[in-house]
Amino acid sequence: MSINTTNMKSRKLKSQIFYAIILICTLTTIAVLAALLISVFSKSIGWLNWNFLSSLPSRFPAKSGIKAGILGTLWVIGLTAIISFPLGIGAAIYLEEYSKKGWLKELIQINISNLAGVPSIIYGMLGLAVFVRQWGFGRSILSGALTMTILILPVLIVAAQEAIRSVPSSMRHGSYALGATQWQTITGVVLPYASSGILTGTILAIARAIGETAPMIMVGAAAFISFVPGGIMDSFTTIPLQIYSWTGKPQAEFQNVAAAGIVVLLAVLLLINSIAIILRNKYQDRVKS
Amino acid sequence: MSLKMKINHLNLHYGDFHALKDVNIDITENAVTALIGPSGCGKSTFIRTLNRMNDLIDNVTITGEISLEGIDIKKCDVIELRKRVGMVFQKPNPFPMSIYENVIYGPKIHGAKDKKVLDAIVEKSLRGAALWEEVKDRLHKPALGLSGGQQQRLCIARVLAVEPEVLLMDEPTSALDPASTLKIEDLMEQLKKEYTVVIVTHNMQQAGRISDFTSFFLNGEIIESDKTENIFYKPRDKRTEDYITGRFG
Repeated sequence: MSINTTNMKSRKLKSQIFYAIILICTLTTIAVLAALLISVFSKSIGWLNWNFLSSLPSRFPAKSGIKAGILGTLWVIGLTAIISFPLGIGAAIYLEEYSKKGWLKELIQINISNLAGVPSIIYGMLGLAVFVRQWGFGRSILSGALTMTILILPVLIVAAQEAIRSVPSSMRHGSYALGATQWQTITGVVLPYASSGILTGTILAIARAIGETAPMIMVGAAAFISFVPGGIMDSFTTIPLQIYSWTGKPQAEFQNVAAAGIVVLLAVLLLINSIAIILRNKYQDRVKS
Repeated sequence: MSLKMKINHLNLHYGDFHALKDVNIDITENAVTALIGPSGCGKSTFIRTLNRMNDLIDNVTITGEISLEGIDIKKCDVIELRKRVGMVFQKPNPFPMSIYENVIYGPKIHGAKDKKVLDAIVEKSLRGAALWEEVKDRLHKPALGLSGGQQQRLCIARVLAVEPEVLLMDEPTSALDPASTLKIEDLMEQLKKEYTVVIVTHNMQQAGRISDFTSFFLNGEIIESDKTENIFYKPRDKRTEDYITGRFG
């Protein structure tokens, strides 16, 4: 006795319909993205030039530049990376390797996951209340970086925890069986093995911080800066903030300036994501080959 | 031949589960002691108590006494103990580093720094694990590029590098092909001249070929311990005989 294949036609038809639906889903996403990119790129033509990259903001569209924004972003993000990296990795190592299972660990874990979902403007308000006012850092790069740090820490900790958890227990046991201490095992085997995941997670978290605007408005980054920041206590602006302020200007030509700023922001994000991919591949080769 | 380790009335519980029941074994110096028995009988659990690897698991309670040269291992510093009692695992677990770095991992954590000393340790250990000739030209290549059998011998070399007295091997050939298995069995003959070897194996022929003493485990108990030829040719217990002749297990 053989199994009937009478419904072959309708099965094949269903399969084709499903294929068409998922293809349309993908194309819709790409089409929206393409429309955005085309509109931004076409507006920025003629405005995105060396002059734009090397000038400070101005009230004349043709003289406006993003230099202050680029340098401000570099300052804030650089400082954020320096502060958040050790804090995030440290917390992840503690949670994965040292903390005992129990309600306290669960509570901390749930809170960290929760914090990752809190809207960024809330962090901005916290930054304004604590860093700007209470601690008296003012509207400085330091206040901005500290705010960004607490914003990306939950994401960073979760990513680092996942990377540490992915280290096979056979690696840890191999190290312990040779007489290594817990600290030697963590630095000798666990962190080298987890480094690609930790680095990728950190870079992606930082890429998210680069695009953040709302918390920077709250901590009072200036939209109009006529000098280049020279230290962590200087006031600052960032690329997304500069774009935001240009889109609010009445002169129509500022829309083109904003478009040029968006292209710069996209280029910076693309660069950072590429670095993340290169680092991941480099370390993965070392671990897997 | 003198006594290296002595296990007295050892009981181990995982939570409520009584995994090892009143285990008594003598481990003879410079000999190979094989632990045989069906899956889940407690052989691996037992061998992991000898270098206190079970300390890493929550919810384990151990009673009884294990002594290394007359000293209770519970009173030893665990790091010192694991340096003296090395372990090779079932699945080769080389670290994701070069062959060279794998071998010097142990000596380095115990404080060796001098490049010349480390170089000498690497050659001696790899020779001791019968791997030197195969890898001497690619010491700085990733260890994970080696074959499974070579990786396992590298893991043996890694243990030899810290100069242990006892070598624990938890089914070291179960993940390997027959040719690699043969190499490791040959190696065992050499190793017992300098070390005391305890090996868990599923493979009865292997126990017969390489060991001097054999203990038969069943459901967490030792049914019989004796010289290997006695276990294989004159077992005293009916269950040992059934297992040896392949009637179960």
